Amino acid sequence: MKRIAALLRRRAITAVPVLLIVIAATFLLLEHAPGDAVDSYLVSLGGGDAKLAAELRAQYGLDQSGFARFRLYLSALARFDLGWSVAFDRPVIDLVRERLPNTLLLMASATALSFGLGSLLGIAAGARPGSLRDRALSIGALALYAVPGFWLGLVLVLFFSVQLRWLPLAGMETIASGKQGLERALDIARHLVLPVTALGFIYLALFLRVMRSGMAEVWPLDFVLFARSKGLSRTRIVWRHVARNALLPLVTVLGLQAAAMLGGSVVIESVFAIPGFGRLAQEAVSDRDAPLLVGVILTSAVLVILVNLTVDIVYALLDPRIGSGEEGA
Amino acid sequence: MTVLTLSRRGLLKGAALGLLASTAPIAVMAAAAKGGRLVVAADSEPKNLNPAIVASNGVFYIASKVIEPLAEASYDGKDGLEPRLAVSWEGAQDGRSVTFKLREGVTWHDGKPFTSADVAFSALEVWKKLQNIGRSVFANLETVETPDAATAIFRFSKPTPFQLIRNALPVATSVIPRHLYEGTDIATNPANTRLVGTGPFKFTEYKPGEYYRLTRNEAYWNKQAPLLDEIVYRVLPDRAGAGAALEAEEIQLAAFSAVPLADLARISKVAGIKVISRGYEALTYQLIVEINHRRKELADLKVRQAIAHAIDRKFVVDTIFLGYAAASTGPVPRNAPEFYTADVPTYDFDVAKANALLDEAGYKAGADGKRFSLKLLPAPYFNETRQFGAYLRQALAAIGIDAELVNNDSAAHQKAVYTDHAFDLAVAPPVFRGDPAISTTILVQSGLPAGVGFSNQGGYVSSTLDSIIAKAAETIDTDARTALYKDFQKQVVADLPLINVAEWGFITVARDTVENVPSNPRWAVSNWADTALKG
Repeated sequence: MKRIAALLRRRAITAVPVLLIVIAATFLLLEHAPGDAVDSYLVSLGGGDAKLAAELRAQYGLDQSGFARFRLYLSALARFDLGWSVAFDRPVIDLVRERLPNTLLLMASATALSFGLGSLLGIAAGARPGSLRDRALSIGALALYAVPGFWLGLVLVLFFSVQLRWLPLAGMETIASGKQGLERALDIARHLVLPVTALGFIYLALFLRVMRSGMAEVWPLDFVLFARSKGLSRTRIVWRHVARNALLPLVTVLGLQAAAMLGGSVVIESVFAIPGFGRLAQEAVSDRDAPLLVGVILTSAVLVILVNLTVDIVYALLDPRIGSGEEGA
Repeated sequence: MTVLTLSRRGLLKGAALGLLASTAPIAVMAAAAKGGRLVVAADSEPKNLNPAIVASNGVFYIASKVIEPLAEASYDGKDGLEPRLAVSWEGAQDGRSVTFKLREGVTWHDGKPFTSADVAFSALEVWKKLQNIGRSVFANLETVETPDAATAIFRFSKPTPFQLIRNALPVATSVIPRHLYEGTDIATNPANTRLVGTGPFKFTEYKPGEYYRLTRNEAYWNKQAPLLDEIVYRVLPDRAGAGAALEAEEIQLAAFSAVPLADLARISKVAGIKVISRGYEALTYQLIVEINHRRKELADLKVRQAIAHAIDRKFVVDTIFLGYAAASTGPVPRNAPEFYTADVPTYDFDVAKANALLDEAGYKAGADGKRFSLKLLPAPYFNETRQFGAYLRQALAAIGIDAELVNNDSAAHQKAVYTDHAFDLAVAPPVFRGDPAISTTILVQSGLPAGVGFSNQGGYVSSTLDSIIAKAAETIDTDARTALYKDFQKQVVADLPLINVAEWGFITVARDTVENVPSNPRWAVSNWADTALKG
């Protein structure tokens, strides 16, 4: 437990500069993108006179220098105030609170799918490395990995929603249905089937490959030979000895994938009209809404840091060698 | 001259139903089934839904069902109008006042009565001060007198053409309730997102990122309307989403070409789906080439003529718009018959002539076949503007002009073209809004400050055109004013401050069950009081 407390302390200290860099970089990038929030708004109006533009810029604080706005933002952030979204005309925190659960649900389900199915298929492939089954699974997974997410999403929609009409084609739940409780949960689950499949299947390949190669590395080791010579059944060797030892790298991949999933969800959320974080980020960029974009990226960064922290804790629990050496250093 | 503008249909019905008449065909209404929920696609969620402040199609698409203008565009009404909150409008001879007779017995969705005070407040405090279009149309509005609850007299400090006010009625005169706005900061009033109006539908629910829900206004002034119980706008940001949703019957209608043109041929063959190209006549978009006259080559009329001759308008209409557009002859579209004239110079597609003109101008082709290079910025707002950018690059290559395509997103394009002037040619899709003075003359008028979007930022200066525009702005007589705009069209096409290429309206795709689409030339942005669902 002491190990874990030290880990937490160390991570909390390193997280602060990381987040500051994230904020500054996001601010700087959006600052250097041509056009500002008023330009984007005027496009949606179909034009407006110069006085209107000037008034809006003053109202949004865009008449101040980038540095002044950055300082203002940081001082508000120090008070845990994420600021005001210009594009939505609402507090950023409200938008984050509204959209984050949708994205978390999508990401968690997709991660569970790709981790669960990917590692199972990886075990199936790694049980006999080089076999026909191994080759077929590896090629299949790579083919899936090469498929663009939006394309897979659209094809799933065309087949399961338009042709067969088995599943709803977009959205998080049936609109304006007034469903409550369990009925609503089932409705949301039905709506999530296609987006989770589209997002999860793409990252499945990675888990499959890592599991398979991990197992391939374990097979020639002495303890496997020993287990065999003990006369253990092949199934028992595969599950208890080989797969278990190959599982550790998978946890690392899981942590890394959390960030990639967040990126992938931008596309999937657009295709499936899910009001989530990815779409919010996209809208923040096209509307040049700095407070919103920083708010979204900051929350995502915190999320990724938390996931990685969890992964490290799990790691430390799984493998006693980890963390003990660092503590003395 | 006193112009009395009561629509003929309005008069007939006024006689029959005591001026509380429906503006939709009664026979059709009686036949159509009542009730039902119409689910339509929406691709954007405007942050400010108040049409009195933001007069844009994205806002009207939703808000026009809740908040009504004084009059709406019409296929057969007098001057192309039919009454809404006003039942008649009359301009004074000296152009200094317009008198509106308002509909009586109208209530706001919160139960308060609608009166001339609401109109006066909307006009002076909102349209004139805050609205993107009203700021110019009502710039000279001084006071609004309200002798009684059903009369509003607009008084102008300078003579203002009644024709302009009339043409601006559908777009610029959405009336909002004074009792909710007076004494508040209008721009940030919560009623801007939770609309309260007099329209056939009430604003009931908004779930950001998912849907808007409007429900039937039982107390609507037209007792036979609305025919629907609910309209739900389902947010579908993906371009492929609307078509699939229609096929899966999850939505029943997608307006504003939410189904891309390339999908129309296929989807029109799907049983139960119809493709409707009418209902946008008063919202004509124009495909134009904006020219930066600061470039010395482009300041030469011969070069501009050469470019006009290099564009194959038939190809643009047939291949880019797949036939859902018409070739333009000038800055006023055919859909505005009040102003349109075909009596203008023409530029046939003729590459040899274009090359000859460029030779004549002194821009001989170099050893590599190139005469000069320029930067071409297609507006990113529509597929078609981007595709035309790619086409124009090829068309220019054929006459030895090497165009470098610069693709930006909306905000960046707005800044590059209209603020920084960092372009040589740009492709723009301005809208013709019923009167050339609303958003067309601004495309060629000189002396506008940098930063004004969809305006002449190409540094073009023509004293002839400037004086025509100024004269038309103060010409009260409708015929004389129309004649000035006909001259305006001739001058623009002759001098080419910009090149008009094509004009198009959008496409509605709907299930067969949706009836009475379209019932007016601004259908997608009108009140849908007469829209019904079969069965």
